[in-house]
Amino acid sequence: MSDNSLRLVWIYPDLLSTYGDQGNALVVERRARQRGLDVQRLDVRSDQQIPTSGDIYLIGGGEDRPQRLAAERLRRDGGLNRAVSNGAIVFSVCAGYQILGHEFINDLGEREQGLGLLDVVSTRGEGERCVGDVLADIDPQLNLPPLTGFENHQGVTHLGQTARPFARVRFGKGNGVGDGYEGAYNDTVFGTYMHGPVMARNPHIADLLIKLALDVNALPPADDRWYEALRQERIAAATQPA
Amino acid sequence: MAGNTEPLSPRAKLAVTAGKAAAAVSRAAGRGSGSVIGGKVALRLDPDLLARLARHLDVVLVSATNGKTTTTRLIAEALRASGPVVSNALGANMPAGITSALAGGSDARFGVIEVDEKYLAGVARDVTPKAIALLNLSRDQLDRAAETRMLAEHWREGLAGSKALIIANCDDPLIVWAASSSANVVWVAAGQEWKDDAWSCPSCGGVMQRPGDDWFCGECGFRRPTPSWALSGDHVLDPHGSAWPIRLQLPGRANKANATTSAAVAAAFGVPPQVALERMYSVQAVAGRYDVVSFLQRDLRLLLAKNPAGWLETFSLIDPPPTPVILSVNARGADGTDTSWLWDVDYTRLAGHPIFVIGDRKLDLAVRLEVAGLDFRVCDTVDEAVQSAPPGRIEVIANYTAFQDLRRRVGN
Repeated sequence: MSDNSLRLVWIYPDLLSTYGDQGNALVVERRARQRGLDVQRLDVRSDQQIPTSGDIYLIGGGEDRPQRLAAERLRRDGGLNRAVSNGAIVFSVCAGYQILGHEFINDLGEREQGLGLLDVVSTRGEGERCVGDVLADIDPQLNLPPLTGFENHQGVTHLGQTARPFARVRFGKGNGVGDGYEGAYNDTVFGTYMHGPVMARNPHIADLLIKLALDVNALPPADDRWYEALRQERIAAATQPA
Repeated sequence: MAGNTEPLSPRAKLAVTAGKAAAAVSRAAGRGSGSVIGGKVALRLDPDLLARLARHLDVVLVSATNGKTTTTRLIAEALRASGPVVSNALGANMPAGITSALAGGSDARFGVIEVDEKYLAGVARDVTPKAIALLNLSRDQLDRAAETRMLAEHWREGLAGSKALIIANCDDPLIVWAASSSANVVWVAAGQEWKDDAWSCPSCGGVMQRPGDDWFCGECGFRRPTPSWALSGDHVLDPHGSAWPIRLQLPGRANKANATTSAAVAAAFGVPPQVALERMYSVQAVAGRYDVVSFLQRDLRLLLAKNPAGWLETFSLIDPPPTPVILSVNARGADGTDTSWLWDVDYTRLAGHPIFVIGDRKLDLAVRLEVAGLDFRVCDTVDEAVQSAPPGRIEVIANYTAFQDLRRRVGN
């Protein structure tokens, strides 16, 4: 973070932008601008180099083959790992979340190496695909209101020793292991299965990323009227039997 | 091929009769047209019925993510120049609905059949079509549908042995991938505004290069084929280089594209482009879509848009600001229950329009529009939205079940 500008990097929209997760970039950008920040948003295609000077990196969900291609290209590029060792913040969703872990199962049914930025391992679930509204309580250390989102995944994610669960599920499946966890984080690297997109339903997560980037404890208030109305509606929907 | 050379077997006749009876009961019970239930009953009595009903017809199948109902209608109108047509004109596009539609057309020469994307390969096997029109493929209902790329792969495998003439859009790389396993393809440059499902090469996974209207994979050489038909502005260019004016009552670029593909299909059955295009002019609204209705002393134009590609095409056809716009979105089973796709739609295109938001998921839309920096008003009903709108014809854009709700309320 330099002076008043926030560098926001949206990774591989050509491969990992299938489930509306670019909404996360739009919400972070909007809320940063509303706080008077000058936002530089950079969309990096998978034939381009990942810049190492970003403040916040976002990765979305995608289909199985693009996920493998993204993992191959991110490993070869190496830029995201360098950015994180410089203190960058990363927020990932679904297929992107799996890529940030140690490994996941690719479209060929083989184990594919991830980036190792999250201490998690993903496998393919044996049961039914996890689809539907989710309500979860975010790790109290992060001091955020409940998490609402929409999940749509077959993958199952196991947390290693050093990863903290991002949230604990009240309704829905989350990581799908049966331990009640949803998502994971290691320091400034976050992963979740939540679409919606997750920032549209949980603008406080966008604010958390901005605060981490600015290294501040609080931000000026923003107009949360519509976000709050949507949150109440979706939380009520998640708690009602389908 | 035409003519009823092979009469239906007694079992097939019984199945058709039973299906019609079930449809009549369903209609009487107020459950819609009854075509799907009728077809289900008939198919259960005779699983080969679809194949048998199609045997005496020259069949054209039409499939796509967007535009299949309209294109089916345009092709049907064009082919009526050559003989009677049976068609599932109301959009019942799965095997039961198709069976039911064909059962009503024993005197027809042509069967023009819209097919749901998931069922295309199977229906193509059952009915041995003469021609298959493939328009476009893009993300749609991802919480329950197959992945878009997998669908293209499935088509490619399913159509590989087909003897049908494939009439396919060369501007959509996924369509080209699906069609190019076939021996017999007519390429149509029909355009495709939405590009975000085909940045990754369907053949090798390389990154697509898309300069202007062209596209190619920089790695494996998979590229846009040379079209023999093209949409060029307001004209259809035929393989001889003649330009035929498109005059439609249906609005928008996407419908000109549908007309271009339809003209190519009609030509394959000997109907010349000028005859085909003249006949298409008579199509005014398709299953309520594009219809202008009067409601609370105001004119409303009803537009259906179900997915990001559809919304993009719809934004390009609405009247310019300050025309008021009502948006309605639901997320019931038939819509897909995930609303994340709203974030793949570029709503900043609506800047300058007074915007009114209704539907089951109006709050998702409200957040979407707030983040896009647009002014909007959330209303509880279409009545309230219409009464709040400033003067002028109102454009109403709705997704699938929201569109049905709307038609019920405004009475078209």
